[in-house]
Amino acid sequence: MSIKMPVPDQATLAKRARIVAAMRSIVPGEGVIDDPDALRPWESDGLTAYRQPPMLVVLPETVEQVAAVLRWCHAEGVKVVPRGSGTSLSGGALPLADAVLLGMGKFKKILRIDYEDRIAVVQPGVTNLAITQAVEGRGFYYAPDPSSQIACSIGGNVAENSGGVHCLKYGLTTNNVLGVELVTMDGEIVRLGADYPDAGGLDLLGVIVGSEGLLGVVTEVTVRILPKPQTARAVLLGFPDAESAGACVAHVIAEGIIPAGMEMMDRPAIHAAEAFVKVGYPLDVGALLIVEVDGPAAECDHLIDEIARIADANGATSSLISQDEAQRVAFWAGRKAAFPAVGRISPDYYCMDGTIPRRRLPEVLRRMEALSQKYGLGVANVFHAGDGNLHPLILYDANIPGELDRAEEFGNDILRLCVEVGGVLTGEHGVGIEKRDLMPEMFAPDDLAQQQRVKCAFDPELLLNPGKVFPTLHRCAELGRMHVHHGQLPFADLPRF
Amino acid sequence: MAFLQPRDADDLTEIVRSAASAGEKLELRGGGTKADFGAPRAATVVSVAALSGVIDYDPAELVLTLRPGTPLAEVEALLAAEGQMLAFEPWGAPGATIGGVIAAGVAGSRRITAGSARDHLLGFQAVSGRGESFVAGAKVVKNVTGYDLPKLMAGSWGRIGAMTELTLKALPAPRMTTTMVAEGLGPAAAHALMACALGSNADVSAAAHLARGLTLLRVAGFAPSVEARCASLPGIVSAHCTVRRVADDEAAGLWDEAMTGSGLAGETCWRVHLPPRHAPSLVARLEPLGIDWAMDWGGSRVWIAHAGSSLAVRQAAADLGGEATLVRADAAMRAAVPPFQPRAPGLAALEQRVRLAFDPKGVFATTRFAEDAHADLLPA
Repeated sequence: MSIKMPVPDQATLAKRARIVAAMRSIVPGEGVIDDPDALRPWESDGLTAYRQPPMLVVLPETVEQVAAVLRWCHAEGVKVVPRGSGTSLSGGALPLADAVLLGMGKFKKILRIDYEDRIAVVQPGVTNLAITQAVEGRGFYYAPDPSSQIACSIGGNVAENSGGVHCLKYGLTTNNVLGVELVTMDGEIVRLGADYPDAGGLDLLGVIVGSEGLLGVVTEVTVRILPKPQTARAVLLGFPDAESAGACVAHVIAEGIIPAGMEMMDRPAIHAAEAFVKVGYPLDVGALLIVEVDGPAAECDHLIDEIARIADANGATSSLISQDEAQRVAFWAGRKAAFPAVGRISPDYYCMDGTIPRRRLPEVLRRMEALSQKYGLGVANVFHAGDGNLHPLILYDANIPGELDRAEEFGNDILRLCVEVGGVLTGEHGVGIEKRDLMPEMFAPDDLAQQQRVKCAFDPELLLNPGKVFPTLHRCAELGRMHVHHGQLPFADLPRF
Repeated sequence: MAFLQPRDADDLTEIVRSAASAGEKLELRGGGTKADFGAPRAATVVSVAALSGVIDYDPAELVLTLRPGTPLAEVEALLAAEGQMLAFEPWGAPGATIGGVIAAGVAGSRRITAGSARDHLLGFQAVSGRGESFVAGAKVVKNVTGYDLPKLMAGSWGRIGAMTELTLKALPAPRMTTTMVAEGLGPAAAHALMACALGSNADVSAAAHLARGLTLLRVAGFAPSVEARCASLPGIVSAHCTVRRVADDEAAGLWDEAMTGSGLAGETCWRVHLPPRHAPSLVARLEPLGIDWAMDWGGSRVWIAHAGSSLAVRQAAADLGGEATLVRADAAMRAAVPPFQPRAPGLAALEQRVRLAFDPKGVFATTRFAEDAHADLLPA
C-alpha cells in the first residue's frame, strides 16, 4: 500500500450535495449513486489491494449526458475518474475520494456491423467478447483477446491498449481500432479516426488508445473485424530450462514464423496449473512452451511440423501436437487457469507485467530468483514468449503484516530489472497507479514533461483521472515554461507565463 | 532559402534551439522526395541526411533501431538479408529516407492487413520545438508505458519534433508471394470481389483495382499455405468472376501502379481515403471530370488524377464520408489549396493545441500546411 493518492480537496467535498443535485439534473433516475453503502462495490478495480470509495458514481446513458457531466465538472473544478468494467490490473479506474466516478457500463449497444467493409461500431461498455459473439455467425471475430475478455469493456481496452495471447500476430487494441468518438473534459465531442484506416491529420486516435482515461471519455468505438481463421493447432513443448525454451522461441521467429500465440511457463507455474486443471502437462521439465498457429489447414500442418522440428533441435524433452480441437483447448486450459491456479497455492498473488528483450530472459529469470530469495517470497512465471512480455506472479499473504509491502517492493525491483535490460515497465496492463512512481526509471524528466504537455492539450486543469500514470502533478503553466539555455533566457524581453 | 545539414543530434538540437529563440521556421527534410507536397514556402531547410545509419538490429527480437536519414533502400536491403521486412510496405522515390517515410505516414498495399507506419514505429528520440531532446515508446515490440507518442510522430510531417533515432518493428518476410488477377470488372464489381476475398479465410494480404479493369489479390506466406489458398480462391469468389495467377514480374508492376498512383495521367493528383464501399460511387461521380484513377486497400484508398485545378475530388470525398489529400499539383494550386482535407473546427483546435504542446513557438509550423499558417481562416 505504498502508493499515495492526491490529498482530497476539502472545498469539493464540502459541496458534495450540490454536485449530487447537479448530476441528478443531468442523469435522472438510478444513474447517480451517492449512498455510502451503494458506493462500496465501486471502491476498487482489478488492483484490489487499493480501495477508495468514490465521492459519487454517475452512470450516463447518452453522449449528451457524458458531455454535460464533464462540462459541469469542468466549470466547477470537480475531478472525474472514468471507468469501464473495472478490470484494470494497474488501478487505472481506482476512484478518488473527491472525484465523480463516471461509469460507462450503460453504453451497451452494438450500433452497426458492416461485413463488407469489415468494421463494427460499438458503444464503449460492450464487452470485448461480445463483439466477437456478435459477428462470429458470419465467420468474423475481433482479434485482441485479453484474458478478462468476458468482462472487460471495449472502452476500457481502448484506454489501456489491451493485448492478449494473440497480439504477437494480430496486434494490440491500437492496431485494431479505426476510430472513436471522444468527449474532452470541457464537454466537447470530437471524432478521431474514421471508418477506414489512416484518417489524415495528427494521429490523435493513436494517442487516445492507451492514454488510461487521462485525455477524454470514449463514447463510441469503431473496430476492425477479421475473418476467423479456418483452423488452429497447438503444440506443447517441454524443455529442461528457460534457456533452451528461449532459444527455441528465437529460432521459430528466425525461421520466419509468427505464431498466433507463444506462451512460456516456468516450473512453479507448470506445477500449480497442472495441480489445478490436470491437463497432462509434463512435470519433469524446467520450462513449457505452448505454441499455437492458425490459418488455412495446409498452413497449420506445415508450421506445426516446422515448429516441432525446431523444438527438437533446441533440446525439447517432450513434444505433443494437438490432434483435435479438444486437445488444443486442453493445452490452453492450464495456461489460462495459471492465475487462479497460483491463487490456490498462495493466499494472495501480485501479477507483474514488464517486457524485456527476449534474449535477456535467462538472465532476468536468474536475477528474479535471487530477488525471490532476498524478499522471502515465491514467484511463478508465465510469459508471452513471442513478444517478451513477462507476467511474474509474486506469492504472498496479505494477512501477514508487511507482506504486501514486501511483495510490492519485490515487484518494483522486477520492473526496474526489466528497464535495466532494455525493456519496459508495462507490456499490456498499463501504468495506472501501480507503476506510476516507477515512471522515472524509464523516462527522464524531459520525456515525462513532454507527455504531460500532451495531457495539458486535452485537459489543462488536470481534472480527468488525476493521480494516475504520472508520478508528479505539474501544473500546465509550469510545464509550458521554456528552459534557460546557455545561461540565457530565450526571449528575455517577453513576459513569462 | 537557407539549407542546414546538421552532422549529428547535438547539431540538430542547437539548430532548433536557436530557431526557437530567433523566431525562425524550420522545415525538416529526409531525402526531399516529397518537397512538392504542400504549399510553396520559404522556411530554412534542415536536412537529416547526415543522421544516418543503423544503431542496432536484432532479427530475433524483431526490432531495428536506426537514424532518420538512413536511405529506405538500405534499410530494406538490410532486412531482406535476414529474411525480414518492414510490414507496412513503405515506398518512395529514389533517395527516400526511413525518417521521411515514417514522418509522411507512407504505407503500401499491405497496409489493410499489416498496418501502417504508425503501427510499426515502436519508439523514437527527437528534438521538440522547445529544443529539448526526448524519448517516447521503447525498443521492445510490446509496450504500453506512457502515452503512445510514436503514433503521433508517424505521419506528422516533421511538425512535432525532429527525430534523431527511430525504433521500428521488423517482421519476417513472406517466403512466397503470389498475385491472382480478375479481368474486365467495373468499379462496383471489383469492390465486391475485393470485399469478398478480404472477408474470406483465404488470408488475402492486399487487394487493388486498376481503372483498366484489372483487379489484384495478393496471397503471401509459406509455400504450402499459398498454394492451398490460391487453389481455394477461385471457388470463394466464383459468384463474382474468374481469377488467374499472374507472373511475379508482371504483378510487381501492377501493384506499383495501384500502390503509388504514380502512373496516373493528369497534372493534379489526390489520394482519397474513404469507407471502401463508397469507392465505386466516388469514381462514378468524378467520371465527368475526365479522371484517371486506381484503387488500393480494397477500395479505402483511391488515387485520382485529372487535368486542371478542380476541387470536385475533395467535395466528393467529403460527401462520401472520406477525405482527399492533394499529393500533386502545380505551385499555384498548392499555394491556394491546403494539402489535407480541413478538419471539423473542434478537432482542428485540438490538433493545434497538441502541436503547440511540442512546438510552442511554431518552429516547425511553416506555411506548407494551411492549418499552421492560418488555422483560424480554414473553412469548417
